Amino acid sequence: MTAPGPLRLVPIYCGERSGLIDPLACELTETFRVEVEVRPPAFDPEVAFDSSRGQYNSRILLGQLLKQSRGGRVLGVTNVDLFIPVLTYVFGEAQLDGPAAVVSSHRLDDRLYGLPENRHLLFERLIKEAIHELGHTYGLIHCPDGRCVMASSTYVEEIDLKSERFCDRCLEKVREAAEPPARTAARL
Amino acid sequence: MTTSERAAKPTHPTTDLGTLLVVDDEHAVRHSLSNWFRKDGYPVETAENATEALRWLQKQRFDVVLLDIKMPGMDGMELLEHVRKIDEGIAVIMITAFASVETAVESLKLGAFDYVTKPIDPDELSHLVRRAMETRRLAEENVQLRETIDGMVGADTIVGESPAIRSVLELIQHVADTDATVLIRGESGTGKELIARAIHANSRRRYFPIVPVNCGALPETLLESELFGHERGAFTGAQYRRKGKIEMADGGSLFLDEVGAISPKMQVDLLRVLETKEVTRIGGSHPLKVDFRVICATNEDLEKAVEEGRFREDFYYRLNVFTIEAPPLRARKSDVPLLANHFLRRLSRQMDKHITEIRPDAMELLVAYDWPGNVRELANAIERAVVVGKPPAIRPEDLPVRPSRPSPVGSEESLADVEKRHVAAVLEHTGWNITRAAEILQVDRVTVYNKIKKYDLRREEAVALHTAEAPR
Repeated sequence: MTAPGPLRLVPIYCGERSGLIDPLACELTETFRVEVEVRPPAFDPEVAFDSSRGQYNSRILLGQLLKQSRGGRVLGVTNVDLFIPVLTYVFGEAQLDGPAAVVSSHRLDDRLYGLPENRHLLFERLIKEAIHELGHTYGLIHCPDGRCVMASSTYVEEIDLKSERFCDRCLEKVREAAEPPARTAARL
Repeated sequence: MTTSERAAKPTHPTTDLGTLLVVDDEHAVRHSLSNWFRKDGYPVETAENATEALRWLQKQRFDVVLLDIKMPGMDGMELLEHVRKIDEGIAVIMITAFASVETAVESLKLGAFDYVTKPIDPDELSHLVRRAMETRRLAEENVQLRETIDGMVGADTIVGESPAIRSVLELIQHVADTDATVLIRGESGTGKELIARAIHANSRRRYFPIVPVNCGALPETLLESELFGHERGAFTGAQYRRKGKIEMADGGSLFLDEVGAISPKMQVDLLRVLETKEVTRIGGSHPLKVDFRVICATNEDLEKAVEEGRFREDFYYRLNVFTIEAPPLRARKSDVPLLANHFLRRLSRQMDKHITEIRPDAMELLVAYDWPGNVRELANAIERAVVVGKPPAIRPEDLPVRPSRPSPVGSEESLADVEKRHVAAVLEHTGWNITRAAEILQVDRVTVYNKIKKYDLRREEAVALHTAEAPR
């Protein structure tokens, strides 16, 4: 279990999406009731680049982010395309019951699917995936409740089916994990 | 074991998911996959080579194995064969970095569940593992159901230890696993259908149905439709297509009871079906291939029927491949106590009456009786005794039977007197069930009614006749 402390938000190659970082920090503060600090990466993200795939290895990024956690949780936010070995891509990755998580907005953009840009939807998806990955750092696994933010999403439309909130059971787990004291508030 | 890859225990809402084993020599792959599936709630273990994988498989049960094909030492294909030997039901998903049709085909031939090429689409992988888990669960359910079926078959087995019944059981064992047509002969109530079901239950066809057809109970036209089925509009009233019993027996057994009652025309049609194993529905034009085994039964003298021209000789020889004679109960009297207790246990349980035994004097009565209606009559007698009897034991007066002894020599009774008394006794015994009385008397129902009228039998009189006049 990670010790309570501020959540560090680390923008990595956010480019045109840099404007989403501050609103995202506000959303995460509200959801987890933790202080959110935005910090630049203390490492060279290129170490995670796999030239044969043209993607960034999320596992390597997690390893780097871990060094920046300083006793609290750390969430990397990026606009580059992430992968883990074996899989073609991931929207994000987190250490189960560990301090580090990373999320990418790359595949959350409708333009990638031949649709017009929808910045509102993109931000909604990013919030959901950020909360989802952080949920894993609280020890949560995928939830069978399709409306819970912890429901598994392996394609982008699935993200749209779930809400930004934890179901009661997952919320309870987050509260239990956020000791001491239980400071997490529900997004109810 | 690569325990270093084992993550902290996850918090999750479901615990009945299957278990996964990831086998890959690349640490990054093992880590990625185990991490990925742990978030879905699956308990995951990892192994970096075949030796570790086999150690895991011997140590605990897994539902799905994700197996890399290229590994140093024993490769994935070889390991797949070992895995299947340890647990045939495990769903193994082969993973490779290089797509090759030959390898894919080979792995599927060796029993792999599926084959994927790295990198895998996450959605595809999640669905594949879910599907593999579901297949494994269904396979296990299937095994459980089969065990249940086997248990049910065993529960209603043939009861007896007499030489006569042992010989029947030996014949059943002998013929069950062949596809030979079996003709079961015997008097009414000797358990011919039970023998047929035992043959089916011990055959490789036991997971498919045994479809019984009582050939004596239906007129020719109905029997034809019953056996062959019909297409829509084949005859007036045939509004929908209907499968015949032969078609329904596909994979299993067709039990033709009272086969001696089949009309000569139907015998020709059936003979053709038995020889070609093809059936054409009435009104249909396309024959359907059907795989079934024929078991038939009769209490008729078929040889005599052949002589009299009522039964076709070719049909007779087609059916009379392997014969089992169901012995009458009077020829296996030593089985009466076993059978009686068997029926008592079953019926007292069914009726929730705590009658647990048969008093010795009642058992003596059962053993002494000749049982013209055979085992069926015995079962009915016990059923009646359980209904009227009181716990804890069946008494002689609960039984609807009296010792059958020959009439004293020099008796002054006429044939009509004997007949009247016997008909009355059978009616009383069957509780005035005309159908059952007709079966026991081996006459048709009309004859039973005629005898009742002729002797002016009434229910209470029959009881009086039976109790007062029966020779003791």
